[in-house]
Amino acid sequence: MIEASNLTKRYPGGLEAVKDASFRIDGGQMVLITGHSGAGKTTLVKLISTIERPTSGSLVVNGQNLTALRRSALPHVRRHFGLVFQDQKLLFDRNALDNVLLPLQIAGLPHREAVRRAQAALDKVGLLAREKANPIALSGGEQQRLAIARAVVNRPTVLVADEPTGNLDAESATAILDIFADFHRVGVTVVVATHDQTWIERYHPNVLRLDHGRVVQ
Amino acid sequence: MNAWLSQHRAALALAFRRLLASPLNTLLSLLVIGIALTLPAFGYVALDNLRDLGRNATGVQQISLFMSLEASKKDAAEIENRLRAAAAGQWRFVPRDEALKRMQASEGMAEIVASLPRNPLPDAFIVEPTNTEPEALEIMRKEIAGWPRVAHVQLDSAWVKRFDAFLRLGKLALWMLAGLFAAGLVAVTFNTIRLQVMAQSAEIEVARMIGATDGFIRRPFYYFGALQGALGGLLAAGLVVAALRLLAGPVGELAALYGGSFALQQPGGLAVAGLAALGAFLGWLGAQLSVSLSLRRFD
Repeated sequence: MIEASNLTKRYPGGLEAVKDASFRIDGGQMVLITGHSGAGKTTLVKLISTIERPTSGSLVVNGQNLTALRRSALPHVRRHFGLVFQDQKLLFDRNALDNVLLPLQIAGLPHREAVRRAQAALDKVGLLAREKANPIALSGGEQQRLAIARAVVNRPTVLVADEPTGNLDAESATAILDIFADFHRVGVTVVVATHDQTWIERYHPNVLRLDHGRVVQ
Repeated sequence: MNAWLSQHRAALALAFRRLLASPLNTLLSLLVIGIALTLPAFGYVALDNLRDLGRNATGVQQISLFMSLEASKKDAAEIENRLRAAAAGQWRFVPRDEALKRMQASEGMAEIVASLPRNPLPDAFIVEPTNTEPEALEIMRKEIAGWPRVAHVQLDSAWVKRFDAFLRLGKLALWMLAGLFAAGLVAVTFNTIRLQVMAQSAEIEVARMIGATDGFIRRPFYYFGALQGALGGLLAAGLVVAALRLLAGPVGELAALYGGSFALQQPGGLAVAGLAALGAFLGWLGAQLSVSLSLRRFD
């Protein structure tokens, strides 16, 4: 469960990207964060996943108040989130399997077990056959699926994505939507910031609409 | 515990891979570190050898004990007992008759000695102390001077003190030089790691976002710095050994010309390990400083 109260993020220079946002996302829900460009979607995603820290307000995830956490505790909290970015943030100096292995290495899993789980995650997104490929050799859709495999390999309780279909053609975008839906079906909380109306049409998720940093719906 | 070990193993393996990934850069860095450590290390070994040479030179470490002319054989035996009890080292008794014979044998002394009404020379002991530190020699000299029937104790302490002062000065200069080169080594590692952090910025950014702790991110850089420093230390030890081997022949010939024998002491396994450990520490220190500064921009 994610519960935000009066969440505000003010950047140096005075820009308030998120203002007094209060909302609640129950465990296992699929929630879309929508709004025009600059509405604060990306900032809210970063706040939820603890990449950014709020200026004020509180954010409680699974009973834990993230705003009260010490900086040194944040890495361990971040492991409960699976993050997918619009630009994927894949590492091009290693192959697909090694990209997916990274979160497991961070978690300190023994290598053999980590490889087994990484391959299972690649299989889940249909990329097992390309485990040795460098991400640069993958198509945009495949890169996004690889990013999803990396996000879910640590079995997160919350899958958070920022415009995961923003750069994809319709067919690749549909494949990505289906993958997210699969994770939602098995109980993972899915939070997606997107412009893409297809999500709403296909899955009728809960919607959190932002306008100039404020939650309006 | 297993996770902790596994992460350290992975960080070490990554550090090795990074060392091997750019062999030319690694080689050049090792050369710089190796040479920076070689100069003070060679100086240290050279001073050590010089100290041995000084301490082993004939006469330097000897104490001459002259007894009074009235001393009897019983008195000489008493002195011998005291030397034994004091564990003074090795000694040799020179009876007054033997001393006179030696004097007679010296060129131009036979007639002078013959003209003497009686033997003016006393019985003597030549002591070669075990502990040749100047302070220890001085203490022993004072102790012996207080023994019964001892008329005079001679120690060339001024020479020993001058030599020791020279060695102390040499060591101080060496430490200053070592400090400068150590700072250079830290700077080399600092820069290498800074470039690595820049090259790995994408990985660091992603790792932070998916839950990597500071330790996880810093560890490979620390291992890299320490490994590079340790390898530089080993290279320095190799260069010192090679230089000593090259010098061994000429030094031996020089010693032979002065009627002695002297072999340069090579650094032992412990000294080599010490040099590698020092290199590793300085490398780690450079990495620590560099990573702390470079990673701030990811916070």
